[in-house]
Amino acid sequence: MSVSVRIPTILRTYTNGAAEVSAEGATLREVLQKLDADYPGIGGRILDETGKIRRFVNVYVGEEDVRFTEGLDTPTPQGSQVSVIPAVAGG
Amino acid sequence: MVLKDARPFGPATGLSCRECGTVYELGPIFACSECFGPLEVAYDFGEVRRQDIESGPTNIWRYRALLPVPADVASKPNLQPGWTKLVKADNLAAELGLRSLHVKDDSGNPTHSFKDRVVSIAVEAARTFGFHTLSCSSTGNLAGAVGAAAARAGLDSCVFIPANLEEAKITMAAVYGGRLVGIDGTYDEVNRFCSELIGDELGEKWGFVNVNLRPYYAEGSKTLAYEIAEQLGWRLPDQIVIPIASGSQLTKIDKGFRELIKLGLVEDKPYRVFGAQAEGCSPVSAAFKAGQDVVRPVKPDTIAKSLAIGNPADGPYVLDIARRTGGAVEDVDDREIVEAIRLLARTEGVFAETAGGVTVGVLHKLVRNGVLDPEAETVVLNTGDGLKTLDAVAAEARPTAVIRPSLEAFRTAFAN
Repeated sequence: MSVSVRIPTILRTYTNGAAEVSAEGATLREVLQKLDADYPGIGGRILDETGKIRRFVNVYVGEEDVRFTEGLDTPTPQGSQVSVIPAVAGG
Repeated sequence: MVLKDARPFGPATGLSCRECGTVYELGPIFACSECFGPLEVAYDFGEVRRQDIESGPTNIWRYRALLPVPADVASKPNLQPGWTKLVKADNLAAELGLRSLHVKDDSGNPTHSFKDRVVSIAVEAARTFGFHTLSCSSTGNLAGAVGAAAARAGLDSCVFIPANLEEAKITMAAVYGGRLVGIDGTYDEVNRFCSELIGDELGEKWGFVNVNLRPYYAEGSKTLAYEIAEQLGWRLPDQIVIPIASGSQLTKIDKGFRELIKLGLVEDKPYRVFGAQAEGCSPVSAAFKAGQDVVRPVKPDTIAKSLAIGNPADGPYVLDIARRTGGAVEDVDDREIVEAIRLLARTEGVFAETAGGVTVGVLHKLVRNGVLDPEAETVVLNTGDGLKTLDAVAAEARPTAVIRPSLEAFRTAFAN
């Protein structure tokens, strides 16, 4: 399943400056694995050593923060938009 | 001859990650590229003396030696916020059974909320970085503060709010002439939008006060700590009750108190920090009560819209601080918020916005539950003006009577 992943500024060193890249996978976990295969190292910036989403990263599939859905098991249907965003904003 | 101090960020030396300690040069960045943790301003203060502060202006710039701003900041066009009243609240103290209580009343700022403090620091950073447009995601008060500060500084502004905010906050955000964009969604969705805009060409050369300027902006809340201590006669309070939206303000007040101790400006003593949330948006309070150190986001539903952040960026630090200092995080429901607004108004003549109702309501609840020490010196924050959230009390705060202009009518109306 092809999905589009929006990359935050601080991770664009991994994507040669690209703000948006495509990846594949049926769930967010698979999408992030594919992303890391294409851009080695980027996965470790989004996930911590135990494989969980880092506490200062927000990940969205479509409009929804995946913490409200099924986390890394959130389905990523064909054409989904995945966004990775630093959490330390606002207030 | 004394050389003029031309450092654009004064005593600030860099940005350091609060999570992993990685150090960066001062720049318009906000998240650690190693771990996404929040970046904080690091300083080399040197010696700072009480008399130098006391001889400064009666606004936050008296603390310029403790902030990331140039030495001549007071002469630049900005709103000069701060030095708001610390009200000795004897009537409210008596009603609640407290020995000593003060209300730090930040409704007295230029745009009637504490946000002028943080925005003023962000404006100086925006100038230094050469940004032409000032922006933010806002629950209301910040949008007005940014609009006003940009107008004074001669910058453009474009601010983003949830479209369903209180009328007064929308009017205040729009009146200063910048662009105001309402977004159909919650604050957290507005915030997400801004975080994406910042990585896009559309947002280039924009200073988002609470995104890419957030490390500087957040430091402004330290001035609440400095002022409270100075106004108490260079002493720290024993207990303080602070509202929680993103948690940044509480985190920075704690940082301010610790800096004062470290610099020898106040005596080192324990103080307890209490956080206040509205029940309809209480992710930090829920995590505190459950003994967790991570905050699970919620979808807010409360009349305290200025605190309606369901995914608070500094939530984990609030939990750390409340636990470290022997404090707590508590919440009150909308009914209690309205009652607390009226209680503060009736006892002290201070008309708070809903966020102030949350802090006073939580203060009341903590006293009732025996969590706060009634003998200890206590400070509670009112961070905004009741005129901005009139709807909260408008149905109840009505004329006692409406009569014809005659003594007889008055006598009849008040016969009993």
